[in-house]
Amino acid sequence: MVDTVLFIICAIVAIVCGFNVVLQRHPISSALSLIGVMSSLAVLYLLLGAEFIAMAQMIVYGGAVMVLFTFVIMLLNAGTEKASSKSWFAQIAGLPLLLAFVGVLAFLIRAVLPPLAAVAFGSWVGGTAEHIGQLLFTTYLLPFEVISVLILIAILGAVALAQKEID
Amino acid sequence: MGHVPLSWYLILSVILFALGVAGFVYRKSVITVFLSIELMLNAVNLSFVAFSYQMHRIDGHIYSFFVMVVAAAEAAVGLAIILTIFKNRGTLQIDEVDSMKL
Repeated sequence: MVDTVLFIICAIVAIVCGFNVVLQRHPISSALSLIGVMSSLAVLYLLLGAEFIAMAQMIVYGGAVMVLFTFVIMLLNAGTEKASSKSWFAQIAGLPLLLAFVGVLAFLIRAVLPPLAAVAFGSWVGGTAEHIGQLLFTTYLLPFEVISVLILIAILGAVALAQKEID
Repeated sequence: MGHVPLSWYLILSVILFALGVAGFVYRKSVITVFLSIELMLNAVNLSFVAFSYQMHRIDGHIYSFFVMVVAAAEAAVGLAIILTIFKNRGTLQIDEVDSMKL
């Protein structure tokens, strides 16, 4: 019972904040709404038994990435975005196509996938830091090392881009 | 009663992904477009973790961890690009940055 209530609350918060991200005119409101989405997703990860991913979501996404975003938005003093003309195709067909996309995928999930499990909190605890660490440093050792090189390249790229003068 | 079907998680993931697509296509501010990309990445992460629960394997958790790392790297580089654009053009509207347009 508590599972269902928690899921419904977090799902509603996630969807409302998601709409807010898209509809707000000011970037800082969008960024703060995105933090709401990420926090409620972290609760859902906990319900799915992914403890490590939930914590990483809060620290890496809700913490580091979003601090970077809000920092840049405030640094640039980004104002509300100006409304500009959209193509006639986007105005007419955009919303129906999007609803069709959601409808088709929801239908496929209900109809095509094999019978899905029911989620009960605590019935499977495979996602602790111990399990993740064991798999990360044995089976996925090479991707892990490659990703550390990627991070290094990203740091160097960010530094090089930020001080570059382009005419 | 008392248990949530896994399909609800997947449908929530679909809805969030669609919202991200809408923001990516419709918004004109570079920063909001970038935030929409993050929203899409989060939606995909949710379905990774949900399928991981279904299979009772944690490979999906590893993938979503990698997605998080790539998203962090992408945010650092992307925001540096946005800073450079703003420094050179003085604007954040994507339809005013069109020097590569034919």
